[in-house]
Amino acid sequence: MSFVTFIQHCLTGVSLGGAYALIAIGYSMVYGILLLINFAHADIFMMAGYFMIFSVSSFPWQISIPIVILGTVVLGVLIEKAAYMPLRSAPRMSIMISAIGVSYLLQNLATYLFSALPQAYPAIPPLKRQIRIGEVSASLVTFLTPVLTIILVFLLIFLLRKTKIGMAMRAVSKDYDTSKLMGIKINSIISLTFVIGSALAAVGSILYFTDRMSVTPFSGVLPGLKCFVAAVLGGIGSVPGAVIGGFLIGLSETFLVALGYSTFSDAFTFLLLILILLFRPTGLMGEDLQDKV
Amino acid sequence: MNQTVWKKRYSFYLSLLVLLVALGLLFWLEVNKSNYGMAVSVIQKSLVFSVVAVSMNLLNGFTGMFSLGQAGFMAIGAYTTAILTIPLSRVDGVYYMKGVAPWLKGVKTTLSVLPEPLLIVFALLIGGMIAGIFAFFIGIPVLRLKSDYLAIATLGFSEIVRAVISSPQLDRVTNGSYGLKNIPGFGVTQAGGVLPVGAGSLLIPFFFALTTIAFIVLVINSSYGRAFKAIREDEVAAEAMGINLLKHKQLAFVISSVITAMAGGMLAMYMRSIEARAFSVTLTYDILLIVVIGGLGSVSGSVLGAFVVTFAKDWFLRFFDSPLVIGGFQVPFLRMGFRMVVFSILLMIVVLFYRRGLMGSSEFSWKGIFRWIRRKKEGVETTKGEMIDYPDPPPAKPAPLIPDPPGAPQEGGRDER
Repeated sequence: MSFVTFIQHCLTGVSLGGAYALIAIGYSMVYGILLLINFAHADIFMMAGYFMIFSVSSFPWQISIPIVILGTVVLGVLIEKAAYMPLRSAPRMSIMISAIGVSYLLQNLATYLFSALPQAYPAIPPLKRQIRIGEVSASLVTFLTPVLTIILVFLLIFLLRKTKIGMAMRAVSKDYDTSKLMGIKINSIISLTFVIGSALAAVGSILYFTDRMSVTPFSGVLPGLKCFVAAVLGGIGSVPGAVIGGFLIGLSETFLVALGYSTFSDAFTFLLLILILLFRPTGLMGEDLQDKV
Repeated sequence: MNQTVWKKRYSFYLSLLVLLVALGLLFWLEVNKSNYGMAVSVIQKSLVFSVVAVSMNLLNGFTGMFSLGQAGFMAIGAYTTAILTIPLSRVDGVYYMKGVAPWLKGVKTTLSVLPEPLLIVFALLIGGMIAGIFAFFIGIPVLRLKSDYLAIATLGFSEIVRAVISSPQLDRVTNGSYGLKNIPGFGVTQAGGVLPVGAGSLLIPFFFALTTIAFIVLVINSSYGRAFKAIREDEVAAEAMGINLLKHKQLAFVISSVITAMAGGMLAMYMRSIEARAFSVTLTYDILLIVVIGGLGSVSGSVLGAFVVTFAKDWFLRFFDSPLVIGGFQVPFLRMGFRMVVFSILLMIVVLFYRRGLMGSSEFSWKGIFRWIRRKKEGVETTKGEMIDYPDPPPAKPAPLIPDPPGAPQEGGRDER
């Protein structure tokens, strides 16, 4: 592998990782607060892809992007209100089954509404422009993704660390019951978590699908599982951890594909998951909570 | 005292009667198979799925381990059965792309001395055994994980199995992504002229389902089963009572996986041709749907759920998927895919509002049925009787103002933080 190809693969990997990181944050934050693997998050991401297809067909892309983000946020909050809120005091398995049920519903709904055939993802012209730096060339989206990811993450960390809402979110994720006693409106904090998670998933979906060029009702499943692994790898509940996990997974996947083991790249991700859970269940950035797993 | 004995005998005879009627019905369908192709196919599928559902219930409902690896174990069983039972004469046709591995051909040549029914049983057992070995070794690390992590790890395992099966490196064994075909079906193909070709296509899966489900019921009613239930209710308390957590979880996991893999082999025989794509996460979700609708923690619920869901999905509600015009009026919504939307909404309704499913955690019993009928007839609210093995969980109540003292039984699942 020559140096140029190496750099090229690095770029692709970092770009893929950026999209993964944005989705992983959604998993991580929801898990941090509700202790729930939001299986539907992957399908929210997939639906965001379809929203883009349909809004671009009637609006220019500049207007479509906010529409997509808004639509995804509404979907995410709606799911939380309809499927998770009634089960707050139910056993954990029920909530998980509910999450799986929502995921199943969204996949079937997408199949019904948009057919199982892959739909072409609209090309956003400025994002597709080819850029050459030395011998390395890639489309703008490849360069933009990691930068955008980092900016969004810094904004999010600012929100979490410096604002009152962020403090409330951290309190809820630290101790659910006590923060309720302290007068924090749990339900609005949880909704806000879903708003942030879904919005980031929408941005991630735009960046991810611009490179992939087609959407199917099942195109959320594998990225979703990988992003969950990324969140666990980084330390679930931690935003910077999710980002680092996302980049690591994206890079390792790209290099496995480049080395010709594309069929095993998914398998590798899960192997990684099992190894992390065994040897460092708190992940790379997680706090030392031994009873988490 | 005398009355209870009489009642026990009574319900035994009733069960026997129902079994005989079922057998008679199956036999009759078997004879008139050509007229009832749909019914035969749906019953076969329901039988296979009821076995998978019951074995998933053993893990999720009885031991309280949320495992989502069913599709992976089914794939192992299905591929083993398929590879071993594809007739030797047709092997080259199946592996037309890359050819079959010489060692595999050798194994198959050796095995071809067995008569076909024996070969199939052998193949199913081997499939179960391989899955059992996998489950044993996967279980050592994975079963230490708690609820959601276990779910995602087993889900990951099932995806790994699928990726490995369809990888080009295994082309000469599993035929990679091309899939396997010409798998013998349930019926007998060579019985020396004693039986007609295709006989037993219902009775064979019926007896298979009966045996495996009876086995699981025996396990559940044994001391191991009681230990499983104790683990489900409270792991810490179970451990304090001297139950070896890891050993029992391992046991439940291996038993469930072996049975699941054997059912996977049956599924391969039902489908006649398989490919790795069929064993994706969706298959696990389909089975989860059956288990949840039937009731977590009820064997009879799972069987009932398998029949209800499969019959509805594959037969009664087929019309959802095709446009329907009544008197020049196009019924809205009906087109490809609507059936699955209805099913997923149904699942959500069950999950959100009828968390107990069809049977809850109670088992079918004649006494319960009679009690229920009497209650309906008289319209009198009698106290809940034998229908329920253990009391219902108390209805969700608002969180207490003062948090429970540590050690008190926790409501809900937030105790793992």
